[in-house]
Amino acid sequence: MRRSVVVDTSVRVLFLSILVLSLYFLFAGHNQPGGGFVGGLVAGAAIALRYVAGGVDEVRSALPLRAQTLLGLGLLVAAVTAAVPIALGHDVLDHAYVETTLGALGDIKATSALPFDIGVYLVVLGLIMMMFEAFGDEISFDETIGEFSPEPGQTPTAPASMEMYDLDLFAELAERRRLSDRHEGSPGGERP
Amino acid sequence: MSVLVAFIAAVLVSTGTWLLLQRRLSRIIVGVGLLGHAANLLLVVSGGRRGRAPLVDLDGVEVYSDPLPQALALTAIVITFGITVLLLGIGFRAWQVDQDDVVEDELEDRYLARRLEVDPDIADEVEAERAQAAEEGRR
Amino acid sequence: MSGLVAVPIVAPLIAAALSILVSRWRNAQRAISIVTLGALAVIAVVLVLDLDDSGGIIVAQAGGWPAPLGISLVVDRLSGIMLVTSAAMLLGVLVYSIGHGGVERTQAAFHPVYLVLAAGVNASLVTGDLFNLFVSFEMMLVASYVLITMGGQRERIRSGMTYVVISLVASTFFVVVLALLYASTGTINMADLAGRIAQLPDGVQLMFALSLLAVFGIKAGLFPLFSWLPDSYPAAAAPVTAIFAGLLTKIGVYAIIRTQVLLFDPDVRPASLLLVVAALTMAVGVFGAIAQNDVKRILSFHIVSQIGYMIFGLALFTVAGVAAAIFYTFNNIILKTTLLMTSGLMERRGGSTRLLRSGGMIRTAPLVGLLFALPALSLAGLPPFGGFVAKFSVFDAGVGSREWAVVAVAVLVSLMTMYSMNKIWSGVFWGEPEQPSEHEPRDGGRLGGPVLMVASTAALVVMGLAVMIWARPLFEFTERAAIELLDRRVYIDAVLRPTP
Repeated sequence: MRRSVVVDTSVRVLFLSILVLSLYFLFAGHNQPGGGFVGGLVAGAAIALRYVAGGVDEVRSALPLRAQTLLGLGLLVAAVTAAVPIALGHDVLDHAYVETTLGALGDIKATSALPFDIGVYLVVLGLIMMMFEAFGDEISFDETIGEFSPEPGQTPTAPASMEMYDLDLFAELAERRRLSDRHEGSPGGERP
Repeated sequence: MSVLVAFIAAVLVSTGTWLLLQRRLSRIIVGVGLLGHAANLLLVVSGGRRGRAPLVDLDGVEVYSDPLPQALALTAIVITFGITVLLLGIGFRAWQVDQDDVVEDELEDRYLARRLEVDPDIADEVEAERAQAAEEGRR
Repeated sequence: MSGLVAVPIVAPLIAAALSILVSRWRNAQRAISIVTLGALAVIAVVLVLDLDDSGGIIVAQAGGWPAPLGISLVVDRLSGIMLVTSAAMLLGVLVYSIGHGGVERTQAAFHPVYLVLAAGVNASLVTGDLFNLFVSFEMMLVASYVLITMGGQRERIRSGMTYVVISLVASTFFVVVLALLYASTGTINMADLAGRIAQLPDGVQLMFALSLLAVFGIKAGLFPLFSWLPDSYPAAAAPVTAIFAGLLTKIGVYAIIRTQVLLFDPDVRPASLLLVVAALTMAVGVFGAIAQNDVKRILSFHIVSQIGYMIFGLALFTVAGVAAAIFYTFNNIILKTTLLMTSGLMERRGGSTRLLRSGGMIRTAPLVGLLFALPALSLAGLPPFGGFVAKFSVFDAGVGSREWAVVAVAVLVSLMTMYSMNKIWSGVFWGEPEQPSEHEPRDGGRLGGPVLMVASTAALVVMGLAVMIWARPLFEFTERAAIELLDRRVYIDAVLRPTP
């Protein structure tokens, strides 16, 4: 794959800034536009830029974790956040918040909805990375299917695949024929 | 304005349905997507008239827009998004297997249809044909 | 106790997340799944036992938001017994799938997806909010889409696609109905809706009743919306077919029972339409089964046919009828799962489930024969099995409501069910093997299959027999469930009651 210097360099700059933006959305989400899903999608856009620049390998190297791990971690965080109130004797998904003043940072309001949002963020990000890994490769035949895949170089057509079924059909019909020749009812209880 | 949205939903449903009835998976996927959009639009409209204040910073606002349909629509959009990805995955796999994405008739249906066609009296010919086909397959 | 209500939804999701994280170690995944589903079965039983102390209904409000605003989670007797049954089935089929190998062994995604399916099933049963029901259905269905096409063979993709697209159309229609409902009533909490729908004009109410029936009718496989079912189920891997056949359509039936009884006044419910649909579903399903030559397909058509009985019971809208429908539903979940599990055993042993290709299995695998015969006789409604109790209660309720025509159809259909079970029996178990099967029996020797598969099937067969032994207390339980369902105030008051 040929890589363009312009795209490469600008993606290098943009990638991290977009990730920061996605984090902003994630944290602003509690009572302003944003949230885990939106943040995750924006982070996914950053990943998409990496894909544009360098294909799937670039996506894989974008983050240190595998896509499944991100997805699993996210789901774990979200589900555990939902479950913790049950353990504490409240209703599921119940939430609480603390407000403190952190010197120069000003007032900070931390809600227990935040871990849930972080979970959603990770799930969306993991899903998008999985998408690129699944569909982003150079499209190739799956060798494991073997018998089904057509000869290389041959233009495959749908009827080629149907032949296999028809063989089955003929075998079935021939079998019925043989059974009726022997004047036996077929075991299925019906005659051809 | 709601009439316009309803009209758009109607157009989306009709195009979506038409695409859904095609034999190619790629078209079916687009059709499902369009149908999903139509349903989500209807969800948004179900919240009532447009132009009302949102549910934040309600200083002196008497009438505000109902946030619930928007939340529902967002949920439905997320689900549609996930399902579209899944359908693309299945379509991709179908293409990997067949280099084609035509949805074929079910084997058993073809078998039943064939059973009506093939007279047992000519089953010998069928058998011959089968042997020939098997031979070709061996080659 | 209300804290426990959400556990059946949250626990499998946590387990699914853990299962994804350990996707490289299959044994760890197995342990997580078994422990979770086993715990779920215990929790479901605890919830049901607790119902008596809590007035027959346990309510939790998600996030602590009071009822019409937030999402209510409700366990009453109907959802309780469904929770117990489905948890047992999920556990049984999981063990079966571990013995089966196949997709469970080759696909790292099997366990997480299966757990999400469990979460979706439980959420559908527990939720008291119509939109949340949609979300739960989607959770369950998306997992089922993955499971049905898992492995990616051509036939699976083709038949899976039919299933996926039809379910998606149903789901989209569901969203449209929800939008209309919300536009006309301003709520989607089922308890709240029950009161508000009654204020709408009769025609609009009927429209909602019919639309919801159509939506869930597709998922349940009612006539004339069932055509996707016999096409798609047999193509999936054996454990997947078993859990789908047992659970998914019955969750649709559950949704029909819940929505039709709870949301609509007695004079708006489409009772006579439901009766006709029930009779046609029974008859068409069984005719379809008779025309088939493949065990899995015969059984798939029987799923449709059996749904008819449940809808028949419901359509009477009497205590006896609804009680019979509930009894029939959970009994049928057990039977259908077991039957499809044995068909998987036959496939493994004989290399095919085609009747013409197999035969003589009673000599090579007598245990499989026994495991098939018990639920099959029960399904056909022979005394003294649980299926007889279920069928008899449906007939009895029908006679009580003087629906002679439908009762006659139901009796005829049971006879034909018997006939087609016989057909499987004589095709697979009697006679000589027509040809030495191309697939040599891989293992299992005397048992007729891998130990885990046979053992889990046997456990569920025993569960089916337990229904027969404890038929009386179970029926009394479903009767109370029906009384509380039909007296809608129990549910509505419990959900809308302000939380202390």
